[in-house]
Amino acid sequence: MTREITLSKAVNEAIAEEMRRDETVFLIGEDVAEAGTPFKVTSGLVEEFGTDRVIDTPISEPGFVGMAVGAAMTGSRPIVDLMFGDFIYLVMDQLCNQAAKTHYMSGGKLKVPMVLRTNLGATRRSAAQHSQSLHALVAHIPGLKVAMPSSAYEAKGLMKTAIRDDNPVVIFEDKLMYNDKAPVPEEEYLIPFGEANVLREGTDITLIGTSSMRQVCEKAAEALAKDGISAEVIDPRTLVPLDEPTLLKSARKTSRVIVVDEGHRNFGVTGEIASRINEKAFYHLDAPVLRLGAMDVPVPFSPALEDLTVPTPDAVAAAARSLVAGEMTHAA
Amino acid sequence: MAADGSKHNTEDYLRMYRQMVRIRAFEDNANQLYLSAKMPGLTHMYSGQEAVAVGICEALTDDDRITSTHRGHGHCVAKGADFKAMFCELLGKAEGYCRGKGGSMHIADQSHGNLGANAIVGGSMGIATGAALTAKLQKTGHVAVCFFGDGATAQGLWYEVMNMAALWKLPVIYACENNGYSEYTKTEEIAAGSLTARAEAFGIEAHSVDGQDVLAVNELAQKLVARARKGEGPFFIELKTYRYHGHHVGDINRDYYRSKDEEAAWKTTRDPITNFGKWLEGQGIVTADELVEINNEIKADAEAAVAYAEAAAYPPGEEVDAHVFAGVDHALTYIDGAAK
Repeated sequence: MTREITLSKAVNEAIAEEMRRDETVFLIGEDVAEAGTPFKVTSGLVEEFGTDRVIDTPISEPGFVGMAVGAAMTGSRPIVDLMFGDFIYLVMDQLCNQAAKTHYMSGGKLKVPMVLRTNLGATRRSAAQHSQSLHALVAHIPGLKVAMPSSAYEAKGLMKTAIRDDNPVVIFEDKLMYNDKAPVPEEEYLIPFGEANVLREGTDITLIGTSSMRQVCEKAAEALAKDGISAEVIDPRTLVPLDEPTLLKSARKTSRVIVVDEGHRNFGVTGEIASRINEKAFYHLDAPVLRLGAMDVPVPFSPALEDLTVPTPDAVAAAARSLVAGEMTHAA
Repeated sequence: MAADGSKHNTEDYLRMYRQMVRIRAFEDNANQLYLSAKMPGLTHMYSGQEAVAVGICEALTDDDRITSTHRGHGHCVAKGADFKAMFCELLGKAEGYCRGKGGSMHIADQSHGNLGANAIVGGSMGIATGAALTAKLQKTGHVAVCFFGDGATAQGLWYEVMNMAALWKLPVIYACENNGYSEYTKTEEIAAGSLTARAEAFGIEAHSVDGQDVLAVNELAQKLVARARKGEGPFFIELKTYRYHGHHVGDINRDYYRSKDEEAAWKTTRDPITNFGKWLEGQGIVTADELVEINNEIKADAEAAVAYAEAAAYPPGEEVDAHVFAGVDHALTYIDGAAK
């Protein structure tokens, strides 16, 4: 049986199911208990699992992330709620120097099975310190797995996989999608890491979209179809590991690729994926691989400015038309 | 010596003496490996601080966890580690505790509850407190000890985790080894007010003890560990001690921050091993000859372990991308989906 539930509810269900399944799993973070987080994602969990397993913390991000690392090293499976993705900067040492490297530095003797769930996404009028999409920062660090759910279905399946993983996993949910509904099975399912999802098959161009950029790509593909352009849409679902074979297969088939991601374009996820396609599918390409990311400016507050900074379906479709028409030109 | 001798038996005393001598012997050999250019990188000597690690670790079981620091060989030995696997790790050999991937600054010994040295000053304060959280949630009765230096008290992380440890009554003991120097700077230049008062501000019971007196340290540790197991933690201990060497083995000319006279005074009058040896003799527990015999036996053990480690094999090249992820043999094929 499948019903439609919000992304928020999907995450909640995943956490509750895994907490019922394994009593070493606990949730820790700011206002995760009675408040259920500002986005109400964890509402109801404290009523079922109690304050020992749904732990409200002081506003001390490095402190509780560090404690999650230590708890994970000693037989617990913590899920850390980091209220905004922007706060990743506060926890970089604990996440990147400690959690990411412990298994390696110990020669495989210590494990850090923890999940850090946080969010990304602009256009919520929250300005520069509550709107960033910083997944590229952690995807850069060996030892961290990075998941990017693109709908309620992915949010639930990837979260359950993350909680059962023996490694630190960072999950970025798009904070603008918490109320978006999608079909989610009643029965249990998990989505393995490293398996991209081909959402729409096409022959003229491949649109690779992470997180909510998947929907942006799908809308662009619909518009392109009206122009007679057949676009394939792929959601990588996880950045680390990245399902290169699926992306390369599509690139070789369509010969044109646009990568769309809401992180900043400079030195980001789009550049990484484009580069891998260039390295491994170059002779199958008819055009340069294009990157569409967040504009390389801090996220502005004014709606008139903020809306200019993120990729839109129109922008993706326009870029696709240009590629398919062979209009890409290079500076002399 | 501060302790009431009746609480210990001869075996305990001799084990503490031996463990302190083992740390000193380990460090003397590690220093020689550096000076003779046989050790990659550099290392930070624990010599002078032996009574701290031994006094505390002798109050712990293998299931109790510790977190250690960049100056971590002493904690590792005191928690029960083996010389051979330690020297192999220092030399980057496959038989090292971390298969050569950690080295001196990341040595960990899971089998004895050592969650690892940490090269970020104060970096393990969250880890130790998290280990105590597991102990509380899973009702294991285990205790976590977080070793750190006076320099690390300047890190904000400590205040965050002390706050939570106090709120949640976690079984963690914060053991601050105040050796008087924060790298190349005197502690009084980096620490305002009193360190014990900082812990007390969170409602944490704080103690200050002579870190050169292994019996005083052990007596206090026994009491606090037992109380932490009963849920009376957390606790803070400031252990006043002294670092014989520089910040690291290459820090040779250090007149600009401390005098040779000061170093000599600590070594001749406050040495934890010499003074404990004299006390053991005075109590009639051991003779001077027997102490020499113990020292020589441990020295020979350490030298044999060094020789073993020097001859041991390096890890094979194919291990370079192993252990990046648990459950993944080779990270490089995993991250690009090639292993799918």
